[in-house]
Amino acid sequence: MASVAMDMLKAASDWLTFAFDAPFARAVVFGVNIGGHLFVEGLLFVVIIFLLSQKSYKPPKRPLTKKEIDELCDEWVPEPLIPQITDEMKYEPPVLESSAGPHAIINGTEVVNFASANYLGLSGDEKLLDSCRKSLEKYGVGSCGPRGFYGTIDVHLDCEARIAEFLGTPDSILYSYGLSTMFSAIPAFCKKGDVIVADEGVHWGIQNGLQLSRSTIVYFKHNDMESLRNTLEKVTQENKRAEKLRRYIVVEAVYQNSGQIAPLDEIIKLKEKYRFRVLLDESNSFGVLGGSGRGLTEYCNVSVEKIDIITAAMGHALATEGGFCTGSARVIDHQRLSSSGYVFSASLPPYLASAAITAIDILEKNPDLITKLKKNIGILWKGLSGIRGLEIASDQASPVIFLRLKKSTGSSKGDLHVLEDIAHRVLKEDLVFVATSKRSTLDKCKLPVGIRLFVSAAHTEPDLIKACESLERVAALVLNAHD
Amino acid sequence: MITIPYLTALTTYFSYGLLFAFGQLRDFFRKIFDWWHASNLQGYAPICLGLEDFYIRRLYLRIQDCFGRPIASPPDAWFDVVERVSNDNNKTLKRTTKINRCLNLGSYNYLGFAAADEYCTPRVIETLKRFSTSTCSTRVDGGTTTIHTELEKCVANFVGKPAAIVFGMGYVTNSAILPVLIGKGGLIISDSLNHNSIVNGARGSGATIRVFQHNTPYHLEKVLREQIAEGQPRTHRPWKKIIVVVEGIYSMEGELCKLPEIVAICKKYRAYVYLDEAHSIGAVGKTGRGVCELLGVDTADVDIMMGTFTKSFGSCGGYIAGSKELIQYLKYSCPAHLYATSISPPAAQQIISAIKVILGEDGSSRGAQKLARIRENSNFFRSELQKMGFEVLGDNDSPIMPIMLYNPAKIPAFSRECLKQKVAVVTVAFPATPLLLARARICISAAHSREDLVQALDVISRVGDMVGIKYFPAEPNKQLQDEAGLKLE
Repeated sequence: MASVAMDMLKAASDWLTFAFDAPFARAVVFGVNIGGHLFVEGLLFVVIIFLLSQKSYKPPKRPLTKKEIDELCDEWVPEPLIPQITDEMKYEPPVLESSAGPHAIINGTEVVNFASANYLGLSGDEKLLDSCRKSLEKYGVGSCGPRGFYGTIDVHLDCEARIAEFLGTPDSILYSYGLSTMFSAIPAFCKKGDVIVADEGVHWGIQNGLQLSRSTIVYFKHNDMESLRNTLEKVTQENKRAEKLRRYIVVEAVYQNSGQIAPLDEIIKLKEKYRFRVLLDESNSFGVLGGSGRGLTEYCNVSVEKIDIITAAMGHALATEGGFCTGSARVIDHQRLSSSGYVFSASLPPYLASAAITAIDILEKNPDLITKLKKNIGILWKGLSGIRGLEIASDQASPVIFLRLKKSTGSSKGDLHVLEDIAHRVLKEDLVFVATSKRSTLDKCKLPVGIRLFVSAAHTEPDLIKACESLERVAALVLNAHD
Repeated sequence: MITIPYLTALTTYFSYGLLFAFGQLRDFFRKIFDWWHASNLQGYAPICLGLEDFYIRRLYLRIQDCFGRPIASPPDAWFDVVERVSNDNNKTLKRTTKINRCLNLGSYNYLGFAAADEYCTPRVIETLKRFSTSTCSTRVDGGTTTIHTELEKCVANFVGKPAAIVFGMGYVTNSAILPVLIGKGGLIISDSLNHNSIVNGARGSGATIRVFQHNTPYHLEKVLREQIAEGQPRTHRPWKKIIVVVEGIYSMEGELCKLPEIVAICKKYRAYVYLDEAHSIGAVGKTGRGVCELLGVDTADVDIMMGTFTKSFGSCGGYIAGSKELIQYLKYSCPAHLYATSISPPAAQQIISAIKVILGEDGSSRGAQKLARIRENSNFFRSELQKMGFEVLGDNDSPIMPIMLYNPAKIPAFSRECLKQKVAVVTVAFPATPLLLARARICISAAHSREDLVQALDVISRVGDMVGIKYFPAEPNKQLQDEAGLKLE
């Protein structure tokens, strides 16, 4: 074997020597001695030139002809704009024939209303209506323009100042719709690359804001501080550049989807440890929690400066509409030119801003409204905690009492069906109006569905007891039938 | 398309370059100061990034007194502008108690329903007493009152569709509806100058977005053909559905949508048409029914009709009108219907009453007069401006007429000078327009009298001479006028 190789090597070297010894290999051109290797290199060069001059292989490109495109266009059949309408989609909510106060009129009969987040009972308040009437007479209804283009009316500025003064923050900004507050404020501060750690139970407005911001979003388990800590640790460890990025924790004070209250003191500890900023949605806690209704910060005894951005909808406790965001002057000023829902939308109708100012005035002068509300929450909580087959998922201090099935049917749709059955019969048989937590097809929240009762300071004790008894009776009937 | 004169483009670039250079210089010194004071960020990244608010700090703040001027009265034909003063070079503005009565050429008060109205206001106050300010609940829970159902019927009837759904804010109407209608695997073809709410809605939907040249039907056709033939990117599967989104009147251009051509193309290629009539509903058309009526398009050919109540009706909120099934599906799945507080009952009543006035159901001919008035006013004002030599964008009949300013220095100059002479105008710059195409925008109202307009024209002409924005020769002969017309198209 070895000898064969040796033979071949020898033959090759012989050939080489021959090439070097060939007469032309020793030729001298322009005084340069053409050695054998030069001859070989020259040959290689010629081959390369030859190869380069050849056309490379390319399959012929044939763009679609006009006729082919015509055919494709003719063949294309779009899906219908909307899916087939099912019976479930035909649901029509009850129509109120009066204002949505603690008692409302549906189909000509008076019902006890637990479907309106009229926490302080300000809906229909004389002072509130009076300020609205004056405002309507002075300013008309709409503002006919965005804030930048003569849509800023003096009551807007007064309202912003009033809210900031009430909460003890440097400044605040008004939005014309509660839902748009969060989904405009978040993308104003979070951009691609930033890190957001959010609770998995946040409502759709926040979810949409997170999606629009295009930031890196990590969810932690609903209201679970251990999970939040692990997530923060993981995010900080994993991302070496984390120090340079803007980092936020997004939580709700009272979760609309569960009635849970976020433990703010612990969140602040974690935030300070990992250097995250906090975005807090106080939609269901503003005017409700804390001794004077200043929200979760007061409830948890946390200084309001520690929260970087606070947002809230005014369509709940304040019984008006719109939303606001409050924080440092820098946070607010930045939104005035960078927040899409503020810049590109007509401003809040002035009479609703007047209503907000009056509502805060009333709240500040009557702290007993909050005491009354707390008492009502206590009564309803006690009355509902003993119901067989249903359990309370919400916090004891939450103005939203969230009832869910003890034994799930296995699917969210199935649960909702049972709960809607209960809600429907409670309204029909006992004239108690409660609402279930319906979910949009776009909502990514995975928390269990339930029946939501919005407690109001204007509910009387008989109202609350009636609701408890009715729910207990109907739940037993419906759940037995479903078992 | 807008063609910028060569010299103007050059000076505009130069101005922005200068502003940018000085801004950077000031930022450089600020950095040294900040470093001196030692950063108080303590490990947080700055909440507003350097370049992100560079524009605000160095360009916008200098002229911020031209924007967001507070008013102390309804935004009617004449209104009270509150004076503001600044003690720190325009960084912050303080309100004073002084007011300045000005002619309002800025608000979207097309039909003059902004101020208290003899028919609407008593009804609105009546509704306030009966239904209070807010339902404090979502439409699907306890937020539907008889006013809401009446409003939906009234709107559907007015726009000429079988059913309608209303929301409390126009912006949310666009941004929350598009994601419900279309998702991954779908295609949204959007006009390049569509409103931010449509852009955000399209982004939130997860569908692929393609843009066609502003108001150019043949380019839309080209994009449609390309996309149908190509299919989805990478997988090349056919698109699930295609929605073409256009606006009735473009708010920054004052142009009417070329709806008949666009509808014909969409019909040919089986794309759905989504028409945003935020500025056109109530303002144009013989009976105020918007661009469909004005341009003779059958509403049955427009699949989704959207509009807002903020402008012509002097209220707030927005609507979607469409087939009965479409509305049923939206009521089942749209997050704005499920999670947002329902529209405030007095605001809803204002819309109902305004529509009744427009249709003459109040027993007077005020509605028809208003419609005739806005049309006359708009066409008069536009032709006069053009005669004076301003570069005015937009089409006849449209109540919006932008006057091109271009140079950044002319923005505050025009706005402040007009205000001094008691005419309040809106100036628009980046980010609402492209950087180079700054403009002043005039919105005409039916509430303006002929004397008001003549006075306004007088002021604008004088200020225009002073600021130097008459880019065309004044009182041009016929030939030049035609040329100007061509350029604007």
